[in-house]
Amino acid sequence: MISNLAKAGWRFKRPSVIPGFGLTLGFTLAYLALIVLIPLTGLVWRSASLGFTGFWQIASDPRTVNALKISFGTALVAALINVVFGVIVAWVLVRYRFPGRRIIDAIVDLPFALPTAVAGIALTSLYAKNGWIGQFLEPLGIKVAFTPIGITIALIFVGLPFVVRTVQPVMEEIRKEVEEAAATLGANRFQTITRVLLPGLQPAILTGFALAFARAVGEYGSVIFIAGNLPYVSEIAPLLIVIRLEEFDYAGATAIAAIMLLLSFAMLFIINLIQAWSRRRYGYGT
Amino acid sequence: MAHDLSQSEPIGNVWNPATTESRTARYVLIAITLVFLGLFLFMPLVSVFVEAFRKGPAEFFAALVEPDAKAAIRLTLLVAATAVPLNLIFGVVAAWTIAKFEFKGKAFLTTLIDLPFSVSPVISGLVYVLLFSSHSVLGPWLKSHGIEVLFAVPGIVLATMFVTFPFVARELIPLMQHQGTTDEEAALSLGANGWQTFWHVTLPNIKWGLLYGVLLCNARAMGEFGAVSVVSGHIRGLTNTMPLHVEILYNEYNFVAAFAVASLLALLALVTLVLKTLLELRYGAELRAAGGH
Repeated sequence: MISNLAKAGWRFKRPSVIPGFGLTLGFTLAYLALIVLIPLTGLVWRSASLGFTGFWQIASDPRTVNALKISFGTALVAALINVVFGVIVAWVLVRYRFPGRRIIDAIVDLPFALPTAVAGIALTSLYAKNGWIGQFLEPLGIKVAFTPIGITIALIFVGLPFVVRTVQPVMEEIRKEVEEAAATLGANRFQTITRVLLPGLQPAILTGFALAFARAVGEYGSVIFIAGNLPYVSEIAPLLIVIRLEEFDYAGATAIAAIMLLLSFAMLFIINLIQAWSRRRYGYGT
Repeated sequence: MAHDLSQSEPIGNVWNPATTESRTARYVLIAITLVFLGLFLFMPLVSVFVEAFRKGPAEFFAALVEPDAKAAIRLTLLVAATAVPLNLIFGVVAAWTIAKFEFKGKAFLTTLIDLPFSVSPVISGLVYVLLFSSHSVLGPWLKSHGIEVLFAVPGIVLATMFVTFPFVARELIPLMQHQGTTDEEAALSLGANGWQTFWHVTLPNIKWGLLYGVLLCNARAMGEFGAVSVVSGHIRGLTNTMPLHVEILYNEYNFVAAFAVASLLALLALVTLVLKTLLELRYGAELRAAGGH
């Protein structure tokens, strides 16, 4: 028995009667390598060939730094706003029954389905100073179009469904007994929500935040129309990459792309760590 | 009594007062939801159609039948018709590998498949520019063989494939994992071969999930802007997809035409949403079991 186990030892694949493992794994890896991995490796290789000084020169350029600050800053604000409203929307959709709920539920996915360029020009026309919404903000001295506020609004649009669709299924899983127990023990509704329900939702909320944030950092189509694209003020990092490419400055474009990838992977990694921790501490099953 | 029970009793709800909010709180939350979604989702959608018809239906249709617009529509359809089936085949094959077998490094493989979701569309386009431009390793070779990838249709298809890469696989993997392997094992033990098992047992089981994934994949493929914009070169009538055509018209201050083409894309989004909702209503239990959206 022991020798058998030892012989089994490290095994790449658990035996199975189902055919096609070699073929499907081979195809999957080949396709993945051709479409995703080789092109991405090319980017890493290209930026490594810049050398540290070359890389640093581009990374520390004030225009690059500003674009990165604007991209990550507006994405952070948008993701935070989406967390607040996304949780409220999910709660209303899961808990309350009112006429039109199904339509509201369906329209939450609009940003997934509507092309970003269409969203971009639509939001710009709404928030321009003679637009449906812009005309009311203009007298108040609030300028949305062509400022970082406009960028944030576009990013709220693209990120919202990520939060709602991550939090919603977990909310549906909450058992009534938990709330009843809290109520029986004397908690009022506010205490039940903040001390019992929200901590359990925390991992899902964090995932939604991470997805919305990651999407917002890289977003291009919906932002460039409303942003106005003033260098140092409302120029996002993806746009700067495009500008560098149009100048045939491939080194510059590559370096900015590499920094963006590094920063977003680092942030996702940190969020994953927090999530693993909070799941151990509070999490429901999932 | 430390707690005054009457205090926590909501007004006007006799059913289970302790596990729901007061009537006022409910109305406030519903109002917040409606206003927020109205401002951020509903108004942009409506404004596309209003702007498109601002100068009447004649101008609207003129913008759609103009040769560059027609070329853009054809190219968008061509790109989606190439990229979506390829990613569909990949999605099914990858889901078969990952869901039906246990092997080392499976979690890592799944993460790699999801990778394109965390890459900015602009960077997705950039990686192909770096790979195929005339300064790259492949560039001179392609040029000497007369193959055009960048600023041509193949580049647009590749960039679209990159950004829509995970859609089908991502939908199918949890669904097939949830279904397990017992159906396939039964078919095999009854003498079916591998292909028969897939065609007659697995495929009927996953068809709605597959359709769902294809729907989302297609919407993104037709609407992709950033990645395609980087590799396309914006040659009117040749390498302009519909979203790029919208951008050009908009930047020329030809707003009615821009919104007219945009309204076609918005219509596509609406059709996608309706089909998606129907699928969820009809096969919601199956799809939800997969832990999808």
